[in-house]
Amino acid sequence: MGVLTMAKAINTGLQIAMRDDDHVLVMGEDVGRLGGVFRVTDGLQAQFGEERVIDTPLAESGIIGTAVGLAMRGYAPVCEIQFDGFIFPAFDQITTQVARLHLRSAGTLQMRIVIRVPSGGGIGAVEHHSESPEAYFAHSPGLRIVSPSTPADAFMMIRQAIAHPDPVLFLEPKRRYWQKGEVDTEAPLAPLHELFEARVLRRGHDATLLCWGPMVRTCLDAAEADSRDLEVIDARSLAPLDLPTIVESVTRTGRLIVVHEAPVTGGLGAEIAAQIGQECFYQLEAPVLRVGGFSVPYPPARIEEVYLPDLDRVLEAVDRAMAF
Amino acid sequence: MAIDGGPDLVQLLTPEGVLVAHPDYALTLDDEQWRQRYELLVMVRRLDTEATALQRHGELGLWAPCQGQEAAQVGAALATRPTERIFPTYREHGMAYTRGVDPVTLLGLFRGTTLGGWDPAEHGFSLYTIVIGDQTLHAVGYAMGAQRDRADEAVLVCFGDGASSQGDVAEAFVYAAVNDAPVVFFCQNNQWAISEPLERQTRIPLFKRAAGYGFPGVRVDGNDVLAVQAVVAAALERARGGGGPTLVEAFTYRMGAHTTSDDPTRYRTTAEGEAWRLKDPIERVRAHIVRSGIADTSYLAEVETRADALGEHMRSACRAMPDPQATSMFDHVYAAAHPVMDRERAWLADYLGGFADTGHSGPVGPAATAGAHAHAAFGGGH
Repeated sequence: MGVLTMAKAINTGLQIAMRDDDHVLVMGEDVGRLGGVFRVTDGLQAQFGEERVIDTPLAESGIIGTAVGLAMRGYAPVCEIQFDGFIFPAFDQITTQVARLHLRSAGTLQMRIVIRVPSGGGIGAVEHHSESPEAYFAHSPGLRIVSPSTPADAFMMIRQAIAHPDPVLFLEPKRRYWQKGEVDTEAPLAPLHELFEARVLRRGHDATLLCWGPMVRTCLDAAEADSRDLEVIDARSLAPLDLPTIVESVTRTGRLIVVHEAPVTGGLGAEIAAQIGQECFYQLEAPVLRVGGFSVPYPPARIEEVYLPDLDRVLEAVDRAMAF
Repeated sequence: MAIDGGPDLVQLLTPEGVLVAHPDYALTLDDEQWRQRYELLVMVRRLDTEATALQRHGELGLWAPCQGQEAAQVGAALATRPTERIFPTYREHGMAYTRGVDPVTLLGLFRGTTLGGWDPAEHGFSLYTIVIGDQTLHAVGYAMGAQRDRADEAVLVCFGDGASSQGDVAEAFVYAAVNDAPVVFFCQNNQWAISEPLERQTRIPLFKRAAGYGFPGVRVDGNDVLAVQAVVAAALERARGGGGPTLVEAFTYRMGAHTTSDDPTRYRTTAEGEAWRLKDPIERVRAHIVRSGIADTSYLAEVETRADALGEHMRSACRAMPDPQATSMFDHVYAAAHPVMDRERAWLADYLGGFADTGHSGPVGPAATAGAHAHAAFGGGH
């Protein structure tokens, strides 16, 4: 046991994965000598060498495209996209190649690729450094998407993602990189299917708050601050969604509020609302509500706090849900 | 219109079937090897003609003909070792055939029975890639893997003059260059990207682009099977030895349409086609082997008979190709179990099963897509 930041927890998870499987590679812009702009890959190149920790040219499609070829040859590349907003040059390779080659090859090619993406806002960054792109990829069959919310989860989930035979987008809530928590760095690799299980972090019976990544802390704080008895679920996996856990919760509480940073229009909250509306129609006391970013490009940093869901915005939605 | 490859063109067998010497490249074939090349070229053209005919008869939804590019494809494939990986576009039927892929296997993608069709490992021949240029990066990554494996092998990747404008191809050049990746970029410049001529893609000969990335570029007569093999073999050998990538531009011509959906008469002249017909990749080999006594008329007839047999094989096997099971669309989307696949597969099987007693194999018309089944498992919670 030790107290680690989320960045260090991921770093430690990567180190263990590389130690245990010499086909695991780390590749991306500035991941080697610098250790990544967030230092998540710090020390890995010194330990494992330049052949396994690759400073790539500054071309994101190239990172993913060459990772496809490496995966075809039996390697397990862990690619870093330096910031969420820079994943789009690689969008084609991710959606038309990574997501499809296992299917197209009738299972003979495994795309054992992890794409790590520092995601979300809240760090006062310039444009294109605060995006939450999960919905684009959740819409693309063939991919899996997970997002940790604590150092302990980040440590185990990165190892599970690397061990998993399917391609995994690993969305790291960058504003939580420096948040500390207990991590059992001696823990053995957890079963891979647990990577896709949501977790009920706080039990309650008035309403369910469903969130992931950076919004988990926000929702827990909101639940603690409020007099109503709120349940908080960390989705952890966005594709696939752990619907049974969500359905079970909503069946008890009758109210669901989905909280994410991405714009609500066409966001994952819409998909969840549709699914829960169908599955829990007779148990719902209120429509499924969404709290998310506004349907605008991510705003300038000086007003990002207004854009991002916070404790008050979450509780305002709880008020509305309770009013039905 | 581009017909002349210019002074940099490497050529060892002229369109008239005359062997010529080149200061940098040489390749000597024995009689059997000449006959093998002739037969490969004839078979590939027949394969292509048959597939085009199958499309015209409604057996294929589409076909991308390779007529005119047979020598480029056969020559380059022969330059590789069988253990070395080839990354094709969607037009490398000649390479597939040379590698031993059953041509019938190539038809599934165009007939609509599969999105792939073969195991890339079986013949060292990757799946066709339809998004233009994406495979160049895969090839470089695969070559980077070969480096890490300390393997004595190189990788051959195909693309076209149109793809040379793609960002992924530029990125592949950069990644290959800085890594000294053992890869040969084989560009079949067939002069046309559907309707757009080469001058819409580039202001300099394509092979000269390599210099900007820091590796050699060579232009070879893509209709000369001997020169293509010699040039690609040298590039592969250089790559295996740690010399890094090479760009080989095979200067050739797409004699047919881009695909069977295309009408080249809308954008190019008959005169251009006629000029290129004089450079036909098969005729020059035939001229050489007949003139030099390597083949007689009975041998040529024998090859025609084998081509006829290939055509018959393709026709009957294509028509016999079964449609996939409807629920097979869920197979292999993921390597591990996935709840959405389970849910939707079960729903579709149940839904289609509901038509069993009507004699229909499935829903008919748009009205059958939702209706009373909408609240069943499909799209549901578990």
